[in-house]
Amino acid sequence: MLFNLNSAAMEASGRRPRLLLQICLIFSTLILTFFSPVVRSSSTLDLQILSAERRVDLSSHIIRVSLTLKVENVGTSPASEILLAFSPAQVDHLAWIKAGALVGKKRKKSSLPLDVKPSNILDGPNGTKYYSVFFTSQLGSGESVSLEVLYVLTHSLEPFPVEISQSESQLVYFRDSAVILSPYHIKSQETSFRTPTNKVESFSRVEPTDRSGTELKYGPYEERPSYSYSPVIIHFENNNPFAVVEELVREIEISHWGNLQITDHYKLAHAGARQKGGFSRVEYQSKQPFGGSASFKHLLAELPPRVHSVYYRDDIGNISSSRLRIGAKKSELLIEPRYPLFGGWKATFVIGYGVPVHDYLFESADGSRYLSYSFGCPLAETVVDKLTIKVVLPEGSEDPSAVIPFQVEQRLEKKHSYLDVVGRTVLVLEKKNVVPDHNSPFQVHYKFNPVFMLAEPLMLVLGFFLLFVASIAYLHMDIAIRKS
Amino acid sequence: MAAPETSPTPSSLRNAFGHVFSIFILILIGVLAFSIRLFSVIKYESVIHEFDPYFNYRVTQFLTKNGIYDFWNWFDDRTWYPLGRVIGGTVYPGLTLTAGTLWWLLNSLNIPLSVETVCVFTAPIFSAFASWATYLLTKEVKGAGAGLTAAALLAMVPSYISRSVAGSYDNEAVAIFALIFTFYLYIKTLNTGSLFYATLNSIAYFYMVCSWGGYTFIINLIPMHVLLCIVTGRYSSRLYIAYAPLVVLGTLLAALVPVVGFNAVMTSEHFASFLVFIIIHVVALVYYIKGILSPRMFKVAVMLVLSVGLVICCTVVAVLIALVASSPTKGWSGRSLSLLDPTYASKYIPIIASVSEHQPPTWPSYFMDLNILAFLVPAGIVACFLPLSDASSFVILYIVTSVYFSGVMVRLMLVLAPAACIMSGIALSGAFDVLTRSLKFQLPGTSEIFASDAVDTGSESVILNKDGAEEDKSEDSVKERPSKKNKKKEKEKEKEKEKEKEKEKENAGTSSSRSHAERRPLVLPVEASVIAIFLLVLLVAFYVVHCVWAAAEAYSAPSIVLTSQSPDGLHVFDDFREAYAWLSHNTDVDDKVASWWDYGYQTTAMANRTVIVDNNTWNNTHIATVGTAMSSPEKAAWEIFNSLDVKYVLVVFGGLVGYPSDDINKFLWMVRIGGGVFPHIKEPDYLRDGQYRIDSQATPTMLNCLMYKLSYYRFVETDGKGFDRVRRTEIGKKYFKLTHFEEVFTTHHWMVRIYKLKSPRNRIRGKTKKSKSKSSSTISSKSSRTRKKNPWN
Repeated sequence: MLFNLNSAAMEASGRRPRLLLQICLIFSTLILTFFSPVVRSSSTLDLQILSAERRVDLSSHIIRVSLTLKVENVGTSPASEILLAFSPAQVDHLAWIKAGALVGKKRKKSSLPLDVKPSNILDGPNGTKYYSVFFTSQLGSGESVSLEVLYVLTHSLEPFPVEISQSESQLVYFRDSAVILSPYHIKSQETSFRTPTNKVESFSRVEPTDRSGTELKYGPYEERPSYSYSPVIIHFENNNPFAVVEELVREIEISHWGNLQITDHYKLAHAGARQKGGFSRVEYQSKQPFGGSASFKHLLAELPPRVHSVYYRDDIGNISSSRLRIGAKKSELLIEPRYPLFGGWKATFVIGYGVPVHDYLFESADGSRYLSYSFGCPLAETVVDKLTIKVVLPEGSEDPSAVIPFQVEQRLEKKHSYLDVVGRTVLVLEKKNVVPDHNSPFQVHYKFNPVFMLAEPLMLVLGFFLLFVASIAYLHMDIAIRKS
Repeated sequence: MAAPETSPTPSSLRNAFGHVFSIFILILIGVLAFSIRLFSVIKYESVIHEFDPYFNYRVTQFLTKNGIYDFWNWFDDRTWYPLGRVIGGTVYPGLTLTAGTLWWLLNSLNIPLSVETVCVFTAPIFSAFASWATYLLTKEVKGAGAGLTAAALLAMVPSYISRSVAGSYDNEAVAIFALIFTFYLYIKTLNTGSLFYATLNSIAYFYMVCSWGGYTFIINLIPMHVLLCIVTGRYSSRLYIAYAPLVVLGTLLAALVPVVGFNAVMTSEHFASFLVFIIIHVVALVYYIKGILSPRMFKVAVMLVLSVGLVICCTVVAVLIALVASSPTKGWSGRSLSLLDPTYASKYIPIIASVSEHQPPTWPSYFMDLNILAFLVPAGIVACFLPLSDASSFVILYIVTSVYFSGVMVRLMLVLAPAACIMSGIALSGAFDVLTRSLKFQLPGTSEIFASDAVDTGSESVILNKDGAEEDKSEDSVKERPSKKNKKKEKEKEKEKEKEKEKEKENAGTSSSRSHAERRPLVLPVEASVIAIFLLVLLVAFYVVHCVWAAAEAYSAPSIVLTSQSPDGLHVFDDFREAYAWLSHNTDVDDKVASWWDYGYQTTAMANRTVIVDNNTWNNTHIATVGTAMSSPEKAAWEIFNSLDVKYVLVVFGGLVGYPSDDINKFLWMVRIGGGVFPHIKEPDYLRDGQYRIDSQATPTMLNCLMYKLSYYRFVETDGKGFDRVRRTEIGKKYFKLTHFEEVFTTHHWMVRIYKLKSPRNRIRGKTKKSKSKSSSTISSKSSRTRKKNPWN
């Protein structure tokens, strides 16, 4: 592994010696491999964070963290990547991460996207995991760069008390560190947490700590060595809907006759503090905002524009409480589950709709086709624990391949639908822990011969033709044994 | 047929055109029958309706998932807890197997329709089949014209629509088709004397037995008709062929259905068929002997046989009567008995009497369900008497019996509907026939041409007779020797046929004038016939309007979703499904839910939870236990429910929105049924001066019973007064607390309320007796309950 890494680094350096030198290179690589831990640690020390600012948004159950770093290379050799450290608890709940390099002056600041990958470097102290951010160009010694990192954590708010009654509001714990966990030395840093309401039951103090309104500020801290960590617990009120889709199966069926049929099967749950005791409708209805503050009764689904034949139902029939607004840019479907969801309650339902296929299906230059559709869950502010997207290609399509901006499990299946003979190829994409930030388009490429479109109509025509021929033959045939 | 040989080309072309035309009309009738039943899907949604269909749907789901063998052996532990129910052996499998086959067929063609969709559309599909079967049956009786009219009437008769709208996935949906088709095949056999049709008839009967308990109607009506034919001297070999194979094959096949089994030979419902079976054999023997003996010898033989036969008959009948009388219900099932004696159920079986569809109908319901057919039926009966044939006598018998049965139970209006349609079809078609013919003859210059046509197409019954006669002739050689009377008839027929053939041969001239003369008396004045036609068309138009209205407004509501039209638009009450969905997602899979039996099927099907009692009311004691619990005070009720392992109690309450068929309104039945088994529940305790009331005048027993408390718990907090919109009064006891139950869910409009049994309190040491501490375990609890008058003893 390390061998590859280093050889890759050598290749990246661009100076590739020829034949004779190659042997030397292999030798040197071997040597490098042997000493690589030393090399890495030296490269870690090479970088230093001048200033770091972290803003944690705790206003919903999806925690968005934005981290602004100013990195300087204090070493002698140029650096190509910077490591971001996460505690093992956080890395399990890390749903999405994005990094960008800030360029330009104050007014015209823009972010240049950078590659982020889970680093395959061995774990750090106390099981710390790393993600590496690759610079677009190497950071020379003495140079500095501003980075912006955004990441999203899910399932990180722990309700306390674990069970609440209907009228109580929901209090949660959030555990983090007052200082940023990093393998680098941080000169100056500051962390701020934003809570949804003013109501904060308690928070750990790591001086200087300051709280004003919904803002909780830790820092600034100066000159913290690498891997410093000072745990904090914030106990605050969060009554935002803890809507978690435990499983979402989305089926996208492509028909070249003009329709793209999308069917989403949801298993929804309220992941907040569990409901204690019974549910009283009279309390829920009479004292509206406080009768069930921790519950939620509707959700907003963002559907594509020009959506048609929308349905919203479950196993036992249509759910009659939904509103659809069709707009030019997007359509909004406001759905109400059959009953308001309190902590621990669950509901399942299906949303299905059709969209014109030419909005999403294109032909690429080489004659193959590709579908471009949004990944992720259309429900606003929900976490999907397990997302399965099944792209059902038309019968007769060949070599499907998917282009997805993040790592996803893929496999192929067969499905027999209306009058299929050989069955349709289904490309199954599976991803765990999906947040709304994953709603970016993905592509599925495949080859398709339009002749196959006619197969089923022709089959029907043939079937009816044979039926008529058979009936004509039967009527004209005398199958009596004895002539009357 | 022989038509091309005998008649000239233009006529045969007309015939062919007529055939194509009637096939086209039939297809349209089928489309009409199917599409008029889709109002429920269009106005509401594609969903299973009411109560029983949910059970059928659940059984079908099981069948499609686990296959036929598991289905036969299915022991359902989700219902009648802790008894369970053997579904495979207690259910009429016809509907389930039909829908299951349909689903399997579609899926093997890779048409992935869900089981639900197939179930929803089974009833409309089969009503199209039923209207085609009606066409066939009426055609056998009175010709194709009457057939088409009857089929069109049946396609939209409200009585049948009420049971076969899309989503009404019940046995009757399939059974009515099976019923009519069986009758058709019986008549067909009777008309042709063909064993082929007789065999088909048994198979159709088998399908009927599979689908509905109403098959006993067939197995009693056909023997009655056979007996009628014999008594009126219409015995023929065709009658024998129509009847004997049906009894033998039909009974054997019926015994194959697990739910019928040996009942097919053991119960009194089938007794008539065997008796008539014996009689027909005796009669056949008599006719045979009559044929081979001289009249004098025959008389001697009759004397001999009569004296011996009477003795044997008497002993057999005595033995049978003794056997039958030894059983308490005289070998009849409760439902059949309440048919014969309409007061039986209300006297002895409150559970049958409590079902609204087992009540006798009111007069308006006849008009609602049959509309103009109610007036046309007498005309049809008259038409059936001219001339009276075997087939038409059967139809008369059918209508007479079904009118009686429909008078006993609303539900059997469904059996009356096809008969009424057939009769009205005959009447209408006959009337149109007469009127149009009299128009034809009186239009100047066309009389000569039409005169010959009148013979060809004028009255279809003539053609039918002709066809029948021709077939008779062709089969003459194979036939048994017919009886004298029959012979006479046949001779007459043959004469007629010859006459007609003559007529056909000489198209113009003498025959036309003769036919002219024959038809003369039937001819009405032009004005009168025009007006009459107009009025008839108007009448039928009213019928159509009424049927469409009935289909759209009255019968398409799925009853699990209620709607109300308010000034600010349609308001939907979807509370039942809200509650069932809540139960299915937020309670444990093995939790038991107690409710009144009406909601049993829905709870098992939609919420997938175990219920104590359901709509299959096979165990009266079990239902009485639930009834007793509902009418007991809280503590006693808790003990009963706890002993049944119940975790949740579900009550339906309409007081907030004014939904009249809620549990408070059904409560007196719970008291009655409960009191029927456990005498400490007495109906008068719940009535103040014979009146059932829940206001401040109500009895303390009423105000303290569980049903009252669960329905009105915290109800007063909604409006401050506790005004019940169904009973139109303020409730009697407004503020109270529940000690043994806990509200866990109430739906949006309060229509379904779910309570959880509180777990028993911790015992305080020293205060409990030993026997009490034992009572937490189910086995030893009996002894402790004896003292407390618990219904379990």
